[in-house]
Amino acid sequence: MIRKLAPSVKQYKGYAILAPICVVLEVLCEVFIPFIMTKLVDNGISMQNMQVVIKYGTVMISLAILALGFGLLSARFTVVASMGFGANLREEMFRKVQNFSYANVDKFSTGSLITRFTTDVGFVQMAFTILVRIAFRAPVMLTLSVIMIFFINPIIAIIFLVSIPVVWGSIILAAKFVVPLFEKLFDKFDNLNNRVKENLGAIRVVKSFVREDHETDNFRHAAEDLKNAQVKAEKLLVYAGPAMNILTYIITILVVWLGGIKIMKGEMSVGGIAGTIGYIGQFLMSLLMVAMVFVNLFMSRASAKRVIEVLDEIPTIRDDEADANLKVKEGSVTFENVSFKYKADAENDVLSNINFEVLPGQTIGIVGGTGSGKSSVVQLIPRLYDVTEGSIKVGGIDVREYKIDELRQAVGMVLQNNTLFSGTIEENLRWGDMDATQEEIEKACKVASAHDFIMGFPDGYQSMITQEGTNVSGGQKQRLCIARALLKKPKILILDDSTHAVDSTTERAIRDAIKKDVAGTTLIIIAQRIASVIDADKIIVIDDGKINGIGTHKELMKTNDIYKEIYSSQQGGVM
Amino acid sequence: MAHGGMGKGKGPARLNLKDSWTVFKRLFKEIGNFRTHAIIVAVTIIIHAVMYAVATMYLKEILSFIFDRALTNDPERFIGLAKMMGVLIALYLVSVISLTIAARLTLTLSTSMLCELRIKMFKHMQNLPVSYFDNNLRGDIMSRYTNDTDAIRELLSNGFKELIHATVIIISVFVSMLVLSPLLTLVVVGSLVIIGILVVIFTSKTGKYFIRIQEETASVNGYAEEYVSGQKVVKVFCHEDVIIKGFEEKSQGLRKMGTKGHTYSHMLMPLLGNISYINYATVAMSGAALAIHGYLGPITGAIATITMFLQLSRQVSRPVTIVSQQFNSVMMAIAGAKRIFDMLDEPVEADEGYVSLVNCEARCDEIKECEERTGRWAWKHPHKQLGTTTYKPLDGDIVFENVNFSYVEGKPVLKNVNLYAKPGQMIALVGATGAGKTTITNLINRFYDIPEDSKIRYDGINIKKIKKADLRKSMAMVLQDTHLFTGTVRENIRYGKLDATDEEVEAAVEIANATSFISHLPEGLDTMLTADGSNLSQGQRQLINIARAAIADPPVLVLDEATSSIDTRTEAVIQQGLAQLMEGKTVFVIAHRLSTVRNADAILVIENGEIIERGNHEDLLAQKGKYYELFTGLYTWE
Repeated sequence: MIRKLAPSVKQYKGYAILAPICVVLEVLCEVFIPFIMTKLVDNGISMQNMQVVIKYGTVMISLAILALGFGLLSARFTVVASMGFGANLREEMFRKVQNFSYANVDKFSTGSLITRFTTDVGFVQMAFTILVRIAFRAPVMLTLSVIMIFFINPIIAIIFLVSIPVVWGSIILAAKFVVPLFEKLFDKFDNLNNRVKENLGAIRVVKSFVREDHETDNFRHAAEDLKNAQVKAEKLLVYAGPAMNILTYIITILVVWLGGIKIMKGEMSVGGIAGTIGYIGQFLMSLLMVAMVFVNLFMSRASAKRVIEVLDEIPTIRDDEADANLKVKEGSVTFENVSFKYKADAENDVLSNINFEVLPGQTIGIVGGTGSGKSSVVQLIPRLYDVTEGSIKVGGIDVREYKIDELRQAVGMVLQNNTLFSGTIEENLRWGDMDATQEEIEKACKVASAHDFIMGFPDGYQSMITQEGTNVSGGQKQRLCIARALLKKPKILILDDSTHAVDSTTERAIRDAIKKDVAGTTLIIIAQRIASVIDADKIIVIDDGKINGIGTHKELMKTNDIYKEIYSSQQGGVM
Repeated sequence: MAHGGMGKGKGPARLNLKDSWTVFKRLFKEIGNFRTHAIIVAVTIIIHAVMYAVATMYLKEILSFIFDRALTNDPERFIGLAKMMGVLIALYLVSVISLTIAARLTLTLSTSMLCELRIKMFKHMQNLPVSYFDNNLRGDIMSRYTNDTDAIRELLSNGFKELIHATVIIISVFVSMLVLSPLLTLVVVGSLVIIGILVVIFTSKTGKYFIRIQEETASVNGYAEEYVSGQKVVKVFCHEDVIIKGFEEKSQGLRKMGTKGHTYSHMLMPLLGNISYINYATVAMSGAALAIHGYLGPITGAIATITMFLQLSRQVSRPVTIVSQQFNSVMMAIAGAKRIFDMLDEPVEADEGYVSLVNCEARCDEIKECEERTGRWAWKHPHKQLGTTTYKPLDGDIVFENVNFSYVEGKPVLKNVNLYAKPGQMIALVGATGAGKTTITNLINRFYDIPEDSKIRYDGINIKKIKKADLRKSMAMVLQDTHLFTGTVRENIRYGKLDATDEEVEAAVEIANATSFISHLPEGLDTMLTADGSNLSQGQRQLINIARAAIADPPVLVLDEATSSIDTRTEAVIQQGLAQLMEGKTVFVIAHRLSTVRNADAILVIENGEIIERGNHEDLLAQKGKYYELFTGLYTWE
């Protein structure tokens, strides 16, 4: 695991090597200081020798300053290395995720990926810091203090040696017992967060059904569940403090009792016992630190695993073998015996045996009921998903033979649930073309009937859009998304039910403008309103994942029952 | 929702000392309910610390007893030692027992108090006006339930304990020092002041940077969330590289801030440890100098004093370090508490209403209030001045009188709107996106309140006089944005009427024409829905929404683009169900599709916040106005 993650230290390698060196130097200085301290008291103050006091005092201060210097350096180096390491990991993961197909993302879920970017990286980062600083420090301290005690009295040293496995054993045992309880605790935390999140999203529903009390009751359950899980998980941990106390006390009592008797019998020197008591604290502290290093590494192991999972995930949609020089020449689209399902092990196909052909510059309409598979058909064209069977050709060549970037540059798509990102309107529009001039942007917005309302905003094109575009209406959002896609000047433009929140007069204006603006571009329109596709060159009726009929409006009105039914259901017209 | 809030930024909270103290006091008050717990915790920690200090001093007594009797042949010496050990063990026992009690009670205290605090926050949040949710970022509200409460918990479960413990030790050490030699104490205090100043500088830096680190983390989180959720769009536009660059910028921001903040926090330990050594040497040297010049009394006593002092000055540096570390967690907790209290201080929805909705007996000319659900409702209107109560049947008669409204001052959304809906009528609102249709429905159920000079009457009663809960109970809303809750389909439908029987649920499903798709779900009505019903299509979710409204069965129904996301064939089916649901009810419909609108009793055409036309379908066509244009715009095109 360490071997897998270690290369991510990259440019911070120097810091990562210097940090433990400084730690060791710091510890060495520190170990000498107590020794000087005894000298200072025994030879200086007790002997009333001012010279000696000044000599040892100066040495001690110099050593302390030296230790301080190494301490500060090791702190700085460790922090630079660990933060850099964390940032590298985070960025590597993010780059990886950008190559993920939708199936890859679905496997992890968005929420889980984000936790991995911050929380898990945080844990790995912490483990790294501990490894560099404490893992070098604590064992050195521990060994040195045990050696010192051995010199004072080997029998008393046995008390210390015995306590090592006792402490480590009980910590490992406790960790084994407590870790699953903590996992449960995290579930309860998620549960509570989800309750709040859901409530925030649905606050209008809650209020209109006057369910505030009901929601509070539900939340109360979640909060109390969390509390109980917390108590259960931490019950054992809170006794760690008292347990350490008991251990310190027991060792102290044993040392004083055994040592006292030995001294009184004349078997041990007077100074020995005071020194030994002085080492109890240092010994236990480093003992605990070593144990904590293990517990921490153990706990961050799960996080490290979750980070590695992302780094090791193989994107399901790839273009490694594609020819980089292959360009999309024209906007024809051909579906040949296409079948598709979202998950390989799913029972039923979402699409089966789809065959159709669109010539460059044609306009194609796709209609069908909710869930019939319309959106799935068009998402296959820019390879948001790959076909399960059959093939799709764009410009006469299988989409899998193009570099993905080349293919997607040629296909403009306005998705059904489209997203705007936080930033200004102009920044959002520039997604379509980073180098677009102001004229081009305005022209695209005029075609999408968006220019007027944008100019109505106090800051015009510089108006800020909030995350997911929540501060513009549904219709405005859709028009901005269309303008963004138009700026891309694609060879194929796909509109996936992307005007349903726009009133129909505006919709028609947009459609007419698009046709004029992008003559020569292949246009694929998914629509609920027959009116939106009525003059398309070809209309495809999809039902239950299969093509039910293909033809012009007139032909379908004669031959296709489903089409006729949809048409008559809209006879009242559409506002 | 398309109102206000554009480009609204939020600066990080900066707290001055006075505010911090106010927040701290209030946080202390929140412990109120668990006062007994808190007092026991405080007392046991003090006992533990005092016992520890006493035991440490007693240990020295034992050592000098041992030294004094070393190499003597006093036969009583072992018994003497055993007796002293007995006392030591007793002191240790009391110390450990009180620490154990404190530890266990601290856990109960911190978890219970935070549980209560979270519930209090949530309960308060439920009563906040809709505008609060429209104007605050969800993530920001969420973090009050997680990060901010965690900071408080950290203080409660660790901080206070350590602070009290350290304070007791510092005090006991200082008392011993003062007794030994006030002069040398001054020297120690001098170096402790240096430690204190360093600590304050470092912790305040650390604290400041840690808040910034949290902000940077939130920013990385937000960025990742936004673009991983919008991944399809990123891919469609081949924007991966741009996004990666943006993420790297955020990530580097976090790295830089993290490096700064953690450098300070990591440097504190070596700094304090080594300063305590320097302090030790200083005390030794100045002590020796003072002793030689006779400031510390006779020389043998002076040596003992200095030796004791050196030990004491080592003891005091650890608690000072602890206090310094806890200082930071206190600041974090205060910052968290501040944000929580800010939310708790948000004014709740004003509800000055006193007219309530009651059941009344069916088949009765005179309205008689009764307990059970009869399906007939009446407004109970108490008149304070007269001391009487009148009843008015709930009919669903709604009148807008000169209603003006704006979300943001100076940007009117509705201008002088007058409208009426007679009981049982269906009123359709049509007009361009952003014309103010949704705002009208926001006002009917008082998600937003209208200014003083505007009036909305419900069955003749000013809606401001009606209790909000009762007002909202009397109407159901089906919105374009479908929101479902984690739980089964059945539970989601029952949301409209919590005590609905299974038969009622099935009947509602029938009305919404959802029977067929629900029966195709793996476990039918008992299928679990997760994460806002993401395993269902938009249309299917809306069907469940409609069933939820159907089961509530109120006299007024608001359908805001309820069917715009459903294909027209499915819509036609739902329409039949809706027709059944709408019978006898006052219905407000906002829709694009004319099929939904043309049967309305009255169609209101809204433009720029004003009603420009009113009439039924035929009337409006005859008027040849805007409606005619909209309508024929389609037909000439065919």
